[in-house]
Amino acid sequence: MSEKLLLTGGRVVDPSQDLDGPHDVLLVDGAVASLATRLDAPEDARVLDCAGLIVAPGLIDVHVHLREPGEEHKETIASGAAAAAAGGFTAVCAMPNTDPPIDDPAAVGFVAAQGLRARAARVYPVGCISVGRAGERLALVGEMVDAGAVAITDDGSPVMDSGLMRLALEYAQTFGIPVADHPEDLGLSAGGHMNEGLVSTRLGLPGKPNASEDIHIVRDLLLAELTGGRLHLQHVSTRFGVESIRQAKARGVRVTAEASPHHLVLTQDAVEGYRTEAKMNPPLRTAADVEAVRAGLADGTLDTIATDHAPHHYDEKEAAFADAPNGVVGLETALAVVLTRVVAEGVIDLPTMIERMSCQPARAFSLPGGTLAEGAPADVTVIDTEASWTVDPKAFRSKSRNTPFAGWALRGRARYTIVGGRVVWED
Amino acid sequence: MSEGLGKDLVGLENLSGAQLLTILDTAEPFKEISERRIKKVPVLRGKTIVNLFFESSTRTRISFEFAEKRLSADTVNISSTGSSVTKGETLVDTARNLEAMRIDMVVMRHGASGAARFLAERIPSNVVNAGDGSHEHPTQGLLDLLTIRDHYGHLDGLKVCIVGDILHSRVARSNIYGLLALGAEVGVCGPPTLLPPAAGELGVQVFRRIEEAIEWADVLNVLRLQLERMHAGYVPSLREYNRVWGVSMARLEAAPRELLVLHPGPMNRGVEIDSDVADGPHSVILHQVTNGVAIRMAVLYLLAGGQPEKAEAAKQGAEA
Repeated sequence: MSEKLLLTGGRVVDPSQDLDGPHDVLLVDGAVASLATRLDAPEDARVLDCAGLIVAPGLIDVHVHLREPGEEHKETIASGAAAAAAGGFTAVCAMPNTDPPIDDPAAVGFVAAQGLRARAARVYPVGCISVGRAGERLALVGEMVDAGAVAITDDGSPVMDSGLMRLALEYAQTFGIPVADHPEDLGLSAGGHMNEGLVSTRLGLPGKPNASEDIHIVRDLLLAELTGGRLHLQHVSTRFGVESIRQAKARGVRVTAEASPHHLVLTQDAVEGYRTEAKMNPPLRTAADVEAVRAGLADGTLDTIATDHAPHHYDEKEAAFADAPNGVVGLETALAVVLTRVVAEGVIDLPTMIERMSCQPARAFSLPGGTLAEGAPADVTVIDTEASWTVDPKAFRSKSRNTPFAGWALRGRARYTIVGGRVVWED
Repeated sequence: MSEGLGKDLVGLENLSGAQLLTILDTAEPFKEISERRIKKVPVLRGKTIVNLFFESSTRTRISFEFAEKRLSADTVNISSTGSSVTKGETLVDTARNLEAMRIDMVVMRHGASGAARFLAERIPSNVVNAGDGSHEHPTQGLLDLLTIRDHYGHLDGLKVCIVGDILHSRVARSNIYGLLALGAEVGVCGPPTLLPPAAGELGVQVFRRIEEAIEWADVLNVLRLQLERMHAGYVPSLREYNRVWGVSMARLEAAPRELLVLHPGPMNRGVEIDSDVADGPHSVILHQVTNGVAIRMAVLYLLAGGQPEKAEAAKQGAEA
């Protein structure tokens, strides 16, 4: 028997088809069956009234940490996939810096299987670049791709050895996957706990200078240019980094790049008072850097919004600043933070937001989805841009609460998250 | 009427000039207690104070302990080398355990910047920061202010240069905030590798050469060069440090005016300061130590709710 879902009366915003207007969308058997100004409901279809709502291709977050295996007290693939669905994401890419790391096909298969069992957002495994994330020799890239890996990265750590990064960018081309890198020169950032500057000086905390990120971004861009490989730069936070990527794109280098919601709206001032919920890597930087990240998002230099969702148990963050781990959760706040503090402030418009949170992430990681074209997977996010709410970390589906946005009054929520034609979140 | 200090003394950064002067003025009557034959007054009788030292410290801990005992408080010392995390118990658990024992005040030294504030936000007892990482060491800053004021009679308009490892120094930060709030001009001088990246933005002058600093300053506050800074590569050798940044008698004698020399201790004689300077006429280093006890008495008295104008009477036996 076939499953049918009809979304009626919504404003369909699908930049992949250059579409923005009132349309009905019929989903049948897990795929988009038809899209038209008005569709009659088939007899056995469930009808969702989307009047006043935005109907968009499902949001995709290419950068999340789901902590399974090894740190299930922070998050599991099931809780992370549920948090993703609640935040309006129909798919996420799980970073491989787990314990043990995801560096072989069996581990990739485990993540994929746990993702299917979660029956929430789709979970795409990402494999390590190097065996054990040790930064020494290439992992089983081809076998991991066969097992379901959609990209490789040693995220959490950079690939410090330029020779290894070159090999990865060359080798991965066989499989058509991007090589994602966390840009950070560990020699320059050693011992740092926040952005290096006036706030770190006053708080007496060692800092990480912008140059520690800039040098690595420039190196990766040069290697992508040298090899012709597909480079994906994660969580770009510096003004020089943004400008370097802009110039590389103009030269035709194959590079995609992320902006995270926290780097789009917060500065190093959020660390004042030693707030560990504002501690992440790369750190929150200056207002000039935030402006550059916003400008980069607007002109497409930073083509993808990704949360770097990094759950930590509350008592790990309840510590002196230097003792607290890096990272903030983002899946359940990203959409509203971007709508309220980026779109409503005129940095980008709504279709561009859908482009940066759905269409482009799908292209960057060669994922199904990111479009409502007929025949595409029935992954849809229905957004109420008017819903006002206050961030209450206790209400998160994620197992962790480490957000810098607690108590923020935001506008915009996912009303329905639909994965493969099945409603996995409904508000 | 003076402003109160609030519950805690975490740092000098957020204190007003009036609050700082209140502490300095309150220390004046307490100086005399340490000169008596029987060095004890009942100001903090019945108060329980825990001296919680996560880093080794001799003089600061003893100075606090003398201040507490001379004010008749009941004191307990807890020393633990290494951070609480490596010990297995978190700082928050330590705090809760202390609180459960119904104490009145905690004096804490900790290796992590922000640790004092962390504790202060989580327990109702008064918290006195005895040094947190590279952040602040407010009672050291206060005793330095008092010592300089004792000598000159005022702080405003004086030029004070802090010499040495500013980057890692909590003493430097407390001095900078306190001196600026009281109208002094502040300079810093040291190897560029040991100056904070945003030193200039703190409102201080940056000197590359000790000769220029000495030419400019009325007062030098010379910081200890930690041996581990050399091992970490910030300076190539102690001998070279002494040659380039060491405070020597020859350099002081070339100064256009008589300088006052402070050092928070413990000194590396022959490294950041030469012995003839430390023991010579410019030095007020032992006066700093004496003032340390009075300043800490004043801080404990004020945090316990004592009125600054009643400090003299409190000494005679009235309750705080």
